[in-house]
Amino acid sequence: MTITFRSETFRDDFTFRNSLTNIRRFPFPFDRDEYMYSVNMEPHIRGKADSVFENLIDVDEHYVAEMQDRAMVLKEDPLRCQALPHMMAAQWDVLELLMEHQAQDYPEHFTLEKNGDRWRWINRPMGIDDTFTFGDPSTLSYPPMEYITRQAQGDFCIVDQRDNNLWMDAGMVTTQADWSLDFDIGMNFMEWHGPVPLAHQIGVFDRALKFLLNLQQGKPTRRLNWTMTVNPRLDTSPENYHKWGPDRQTVTPENVGNKMHLRVELQSLWRLPRSNAILFVIRCYLISLDELVTVPKWGRRLPRVLKSLPPEIVDYKGLTRNRPIMIDWLAKYDDGAPTSAGIYPD
Amino acid sequence: MLVQGIKSRPEYKGLDIDPHAKRHLFVLEGEGAAAFADQVELKGTDFLAKSEILYLAAGAAPKAYDVALSALSPDVFWQAPTLQPLLFRLRACLEQARMGTRLYIAGTEGFIGQIMQVALEFGIDFNSIHTEHRGSTARRVQCVHCKGITDNVTTSPFACTHCGLPLLVRDHYSRRLGAFQGVNIDAEEPGTAPAPEEMFP
Repeated sequence: MTITFRSETFRDDFTFRNSLTNIRRFPFPFDRDEYMYSVNMEPHIRGKADSVFENLIDVDEHYVAEMQDRAMVLKEDPLRCQALPHMMAAQWDVLELLMEHQAQDYPEHFTLEKNGDRWRWINRPMGIDDTFTFGDPSTLSYPPMEYITRQAQGDFCIVDQRDNNLWMDAGMVTTQADWSLDFDIGMNFMEWHGPVPLAHQIGVFDRALKFLLNLQQGKPTRRLNWTMTVNPRLDTSPENYHKWGPDRQTVTPENVGNKMHLRVELQSLWRLPRSNAILFVIRCYLISLDELVTVPKWGRRLPRVLKSLPPEIVDYKGLTRNRPIMIDWLAKYDDGAPTSAGIYPD
Repeated sequence: MLVQGIKSRPEYKGLDIDPHAKRHLFVLEGEGAAAFADQVELKGTDFLAKSEILYLAAGAAPKAYDVALSALSPDVFWQAPTLQPLLFRLRACLEQARMGTRLYIAGTEGFIGQIMQVALEFGIDFNSIHTEHRGSTARRVQCVHCKGITDNVTTSPFACTHCGLPLLVRDHYSRRLGAFQGVNIDAEEPGTAPAPEEMFP
């Protein structure tokens, strides 16, 4: 299937929109009418056709525009992509994994030819055709992780495993929900999750860590996480908080449907073969409330979820200011009818 | 609001002399000298002959801890006028350090963090370093926006000494940077920052 890539922006004039088909495949994160933290992990296996789970590394209509936005972020702030020196083997693991998946599942757009260690990579949407030696960083225009993650949607963290813990030792992070790779690099699992409220106390991170330490190669796992963002802005970094923070004041009952976006992260975790590190993919999907309510089940459920949130989560996700406006606006889409279980549209 | 009990916040468990170490390297600042003296009181004087002390008096200079430390006759006592030469000397010590050397750090959090940074560069496991927090609770804070570091921050919010933004001081701590994280407190409504409150005296 050939994807038609949109020409759009995630900053300034914010021309980002989802096509009708793309709305239907949005990974709506709520499988019931309320929300609380949980270790909501499931095997990352192929799911329904025309869903984001159809392929394990999903490429969609926003691919080219997202890669352009990433290039802009990196020009402003090169520290969004960093790797500690011991992570080179893991960087090559990541390059291989992403090239293989993209080439296998989207052959019209990507081709990978291997001739021993001599590889040829063709990325048609971005006009790239490079031949390089696998394992020799001097044959690529960037270090291997940066090279391939400038050509793959989502943020990427490579997590090293040692001392019965996981360590955030490399990453490409330009579409993050308000956390700083530059600050967190080198931290262990508990440390980088330090600022998250409630979840530590109910043991979520202890269980998640135990689970991930035993992650097996060839058996990736996934979960969904979410927050909300004013305007379809990918780069909501703490570095730029003073630039995007004022957006939160611009939401009114008249423009909330267009301005407020549900931001969903499809997080997938992959054991890497050479390094035994774990690749943590944080793929961000955005949908405006206007687009979201075109699916009646989601329009009913979202206001119910927003009403059920504990105050700590409202605060942590930055929803304090605009939650009442959203709930009021969404009320007309909730007729009180029961909703079906699960995340998919009826 | 300051979320308390953040897991990245370092714990300082005390100097606690390791009886099996072949060599003890103490890096002390200000009131940290008293932590060392307490160990002598507690553990006796045997370890002194295998001890090297690098000392920075900083704000505690009037208390003349240097005289007391020197009088204990450790194998080496060396005093730095400021932090920069102390770090230079520390690197030289670590270059030459042998198997069985134990590193101890005592002083303010900002000092411990900066010594720890050097130790990490030398590949020392941070879990193996004995630390004790003494003296002021002032913080070393990195501005997440401009990346500038401000030492001895006692209030939250405070004005970043580099870019001027009023920053909320979080409990989130980076060992690699040896600093807490500062985030613009009035980003959503510029000009509405509350008055600084003394939080880290």
